[in-house]
Amino acid sequence: MSGPNEYQGKVREDFREIVRLVRPGSRVLDVGCGEGELLELLSREKGVDGRGLEISPEGVSACLARGLAVVQGDADDDLDYFPARAFDYAVLSQTLPQVRQPRHVLSELLRIAERAIVSLPNFGHWRIRLDLLGQGRMPVTHELPTPWWETPNIHLCTVRDFTQLCDELDLRIEACAALANGKPARPIEPKRALENWRAESALFLLSRANATAKLPSGEQKADLFG
Amino acid sequence: MSDGESSASLIETHGGVMRFAADKPLRLDSGARIDGLEVAYNTYGRLNGARSNAVLVCHALSMDQHAASRHPVTGKPGWWDQVIGPGRPLDTDRLFVICSNVVGGCSGTTGPSSIDPATGEPYGLKFPMVTVADMVRAQAMLIEALGIEQLFAVVGGSMGGMQALQWAADYPERLFSAVCVACAARHSAQNIAFHEVGRQAIMADPDWRGGDYARQGVRPEKGLAVARMAAHITYLSEQALQRKFGRELQRDGLSWGFDADFQVESYLRHQGAAFVDRFDANSYLYITRALDYFDLAASHGGSLAEAFRRARDVRFCVFSFTSDWLYPTSESRQIVRALNAAGARASFVEIETDKGHDAFLLDEPVLHAALDGFMRSGAQVRG
Repeated sequence: MSGPNEYQGKVREDFREIVRLVRPGSRVLDVGCGEGELLELLSREKGVDGRGLEISPEGVSACLARGLAVVQGDADDDLDYFPARAFDYAVLSQTLPQVRQPRHVLSELLRIAERAIVSLPNFGHWRIRLDLLGQGRMPVTHELPTPWWETPNIHLCTVRDFTQLCDELDLRIEACAALANGKPARPIEPKRALENWRAESALFLLSRANATAKLPSGEQKADLFG
Repeated sequence: MSDGESSASLIETHGGVMRFAADKPLRLDSGARIDGLEVAYNTYGRLNGARSNAVLVCHALSMDQHAASRHPVTGKPGWWDQVIGPGRPLDTDRLFVICSNVVGGCSGTTGPSSIDPATGEPYGLKFPMVTVADMVRAQAMLIEALGIEQLFAVVGGSMGGMQALQWAADYPERLFSAVCVACAARHSAQNIAFHEVGRQAIMADPDWRGGDYARQGVRPEKGLAVARMAAHITYLSEQALQRKFGRELQRDGLSWGFDADFQVESYLRHQGAAFVDRFDANSYLYITRALDYFDLAASHGGSLAEAFRRARDVRFCVFSFTSDWLYPTSESRQIVRALNAAGARASFVEIETDKGHDAFLLDEPVLHAALDGFMRSGAQVRG
């Protein structure tokens, strides 16, 4: 089966990179999981215990047909109801600019999961800057394909904006890769000014800077303290 | 429901009445017990050798065990004929579907119209109060008697969905998955209010006779019909009523009296009149009371998540309808959030429809497709 994100047998580049980052057998929440391509890929290739959150009923129905556990809801309203550390990874793929409260959502991702994997289009890419400078119009690019009046993106940011927010929230960037249409992911140092010009889109692996070592399971914990 | 007409007779139906010996009483939440419990049930499809393909379908307030077979009184196709059958979401080529009448009901399972073994006369109001948990306890006795250790799924809409939730809370190890359609984890003030109108209508009927009508050879048909009419309005959305009837008249011109001038009046009167042929007024009192008493969180220290704590291994699927104002989406969301908080494996879809609460009984392709996907994938996982 091929969805809009899986054409000619090719998997979306950020999905490929996410699959690479995720530990086998881990618990993953995909926020904005669409029709479940990534979750299916993760469960097939990494044997993860995956859950999804998706806003459209059609998306959720498609996920159910794939045997995935997906809840209709949105990042702004529904993350609050998950218990802390319920997942090893929370994935937010190209969705952060679409939420009402990106800062809150990012913070929530790292409350309910040990690590967050976040990808987002970079509004600091040189072509976007040139478009704005030269034409004085909101850019329409491969990463941002819709005109301003119908884009779902309400909180666009640059890689630099995002790394600054991570600093403010005391989040550690464990890994970062630049993504470009049709090219393999390229590991980058996201705080370098040059990368903020070069990356069309970026993918971050985040954790809490002050996170203590992962607690062992309940039984072992009892042993430790008993 | 006419679409399923042709197929109703094709599904192989078995079942009957399971009688429990006096030494196996049904112990009720109220502290009372029912000796010599009888549970009427139907089955569709065949139980496999491993006894692993059984699905319990739980019925709603005004339904019964005739989920996919012709109703013996009305002659109409089963109320979930579009969901249960060969090639349907609850596929009887693969699954063994069981549907039993709830305790307190009036379609063969012990209820207020049954004969009280202590007196040899109909129970009437001497019948003990029952709860949703009691209904589920009686079903669990039936399932055990049928030799089924674990159900592949417990599936239900409305009150049936509440039973599915109760199953997950009370017997988490005895079900693999649970499907709840258009339901809530507790009755709201509005739900209780509408039920109270229905009960008062029944009790105001002079033929109710303090609940003793069966012994006195009468039936409070007018009261029960009014109860049904009031309830039926809550099953439909405003748009659905408007679309179906608008202000259309029965005849040319007004009667300038209190005949059923409007088509919607005539429709409701028909719904009321048809209902009394197949339902018992006291059962209606008891079952609506059971629903009003239903509050899954309250019985778990006020925390709904706590109710599902032991059900983390159960696969849940929750459905709601956008135009359902009886058990609105917000109620389903409460359930889903509690499931997530409990760490259970939950799926949830809100289906866009203008048909109101009754959508769960109607032709809803999105519901049927999603339910089909959920059941199939569950079967794959379980093997």
